[in-house]
Amino acid sequence: MEVAKLTDVTRIYKIGEVETRALNGISLTIQDGEFTSLVGPSGSGKTTLLQLIGCLDQPTSGRVVIVGKETTNLSRNQRADLRKGTIGFVFQFFALIPTLTAYENVEMPLLLNGKSASERKQRVMELLEAVDMTDRAHHRPDQLSGGQQQRVAVARALAPAPKMILADEPTANLDTENGEQVMEIMKRLNKETDTTFVFATHDPRVIKYATRVVTLRDGVIEKD
Amino acid sequence: MNYLKMAYRNLGRHRRRSMLSALALGLGTALLMFIAAFFQGEMRGSMETTLRLNTGHLQVSNTEYDPDKLSVAWEYLIEKPDQAAAKIETLEPVRAATPRLVASGIVSVRDESAGVQIMGIDPASPANEPYQTLVDGEFLTADDRSGVLIGYPLAESLNLKVGDSLQLLVNTSDGDVDEQQFTVRGIFTTGTSAYDKGVVFLPLAKAQSFSGAENRASYIFVLLHDREQAEAVASAIQGQNLRIRTWTEMNELLVLVNDFSNAYLTFINLIVLGVTATVIVNTLLMSVFERTREIGILTAIGMKGRQVIALFLAEAALLGMAGIAFGAAVGWAVSAYLGRVGVYFGDLGISGEMLLEDRIYPYLTLESAINLIVTAFVITLLASLYPARMASRMEPVEALHSAQ
Ligand SMILES: Nc1ncnc2c1ncn2[C@@H]1O[C@H](COP(=O)(O)OP(=O)(O)OP(=O)(O)O)[C@@H](O)[C@H]1O
Ligand SMILES: [Mg+2]
Repeated sequence: MEVAKLTDVTRIYKIGEVETRALNGISLTIQDGEFTSLVGPSGSGKTTLLQLIGCLDQPTSGRVVIVGKETTNLSRNQRADLRKGTIGFVFQFFALIPTLTAYENVEMPLLLNGKSASERKQRVMELLEAVDMTDRAHHRPDQLSGGQQQRVAVARALAPAPKMILADEPTANLDTENGEQVMEIMKRLNKETDTTFVFATHDPRVIKYATRVVTLRDGVIEKD
Repeated sequence: MNYLKMAYRNLGRHRRRSMLSALALGLGTALLMFIAAFFQGEMRGSMETTLRLNTGHLQVSNTEYDPDKLSVAWEYLIEKPDQAAAKIETLEPVRAATPRLVASGIVSVRDESAGVQIMGIDPASPANEPYQTLVDGEFLTADDRSGVLIGYPLAESLNLKVGDSLQLLVNTSDGDVDEQQFTVRGIFTTGTSAYDKGVVFLPLAKAQSFSGAENRASYIFVLLHDREQAEAVASAIQGQNLRIRTWTEMNELLVLVNDFSNAYLTFINLIVLGVTATVIVNTLLMSVFERTREIGILTAIGMKGRQVIALFLAEAALLGMAGIAFGAAVGWAVSAYLGRVGVYFGDLGISGEMLLEDRIYPYLTLESAINLIVTAFVITLLASLYPARMASRMEPVEALHSAQ
């Protein structure tokens, strides 16, 4: 099954008079269960592409279809709805909500998906277990190391059992050991749950985990 | 994790900032509550004082009588006032009805003098109870033929003590003047200097003979149990050659000022609450900007615009509740305390139609307190819609970019 299908997608950023063609006519299909890495030099459009796949942004032209759903004409709220149950995000900076504990951060998307209290509890504990963070469940992000925060972020991305997780340089701020640990976890979850993973990275140690490598250069796909 | 709990933690991130903005709202609320109490106290006091001392709830007079002239010419006066008063007093809603004769005169002692109203009253009537608070001496008796009762400020300015003599000059019924010597029997105070300094009381019978009015009076002063009954009672006493004026007719200015004061209070409320709302909005705007990235993350994981709004409104609501509760408590406490002991202003120089006691007693009605609390809360929330909507409109991409 196609989780994401992009057809001739262009994204132009306009700042004043200056136009930046971040993506230039990209067509890309992501299948169920892939563990795909987007690589390419800085400024080649990796983040932009992830944002389009993730419905965080809309293309200047072209079509984006997510789990069979055309997203071009969706409102902001409809896109939020689509993301909520379908797509999880892991960001380069450890994007946890600082006022919430690890547990509450993981619980957040479940709340937004209207899951019952008992369902939430079971799911959160299960996920914290999966990323080996059970003993830190009630710590706030500032009481966790970078690697631990990123593991919580992975757990949060997985919480609503999304079809696909998009990760933008998930290891860029981690040392080798923590980076590998996070990748191991993602790889394992990919296998166990059949969740699709797409991640942007420069990191060769990360690329080696990928089952498919898409290389971008100046907004076009150079190699697939 | 509900909105209020999240909001509470978010406010806790900048505890001092949150506290200061809640405090600003609190002080605004406290100030407004006190102003409301003060105004209402003043209006209520003024109305009560004016009715009690000056106009009563109803006045029954001759159709020709002109209250501004104080003439005791017979054609202006009411005949057989005792009988008329007794008849009125039998009416169910009437607490007291008593004849009064008012003439203009001059008090002089040695080489000093002062223009006064000479008022003949029936010392036994409960309507004259406000004049029975004496600083010194005794109240009048009906058959006293040489005693007068004067107010404390007048006694002070003319340096009169109980037992001292004074000369009283009166404009009589036949258009002449008469002068007699009287003795100060007592010195009274109603707590309203503006009134007390301008009136000299005589027993009605003596005032009648002194001014030549014989058995006539200027008007019958009527107090009711409930002033709202004034119209009903007025129509019950209709009689020949009688003119009946109700307290609303006699105090048009005061009624007007009273109505106007509510509009004035609303106006002040809006101004002060507008300022405090700006403080809250400012605080929220700061947190919207600081938390741009966080809002981006929340929207990325599926939070909708109205949920973001709810999150920020919950913060505003918490700040508002804390600030307003604190302010209302302080405002209420100050008003209640001063409402008991009063705020001394002295003679504000307001006389004539509107009397004000020398001490103003702030008075807070539950209605105006609730009104203020609700208004403050609603204004805070309405103002907070602006930063909240701003947060909700952030595109997740832009929100996420701004972090890097
Ligand atoms: N919000 C934006 N406004 C304007 N230009 C942007 C914006 N985001 C990205 N760009 C531009 O689009 C191009 C692609 O950016 P993008 O962030 O997708 O690259 P990237 O491959 O993720 O780079 P990096 O490896 O440094 O993260 C760059 O030239 C960038 O300057
Ligand atoms: Mg990037």
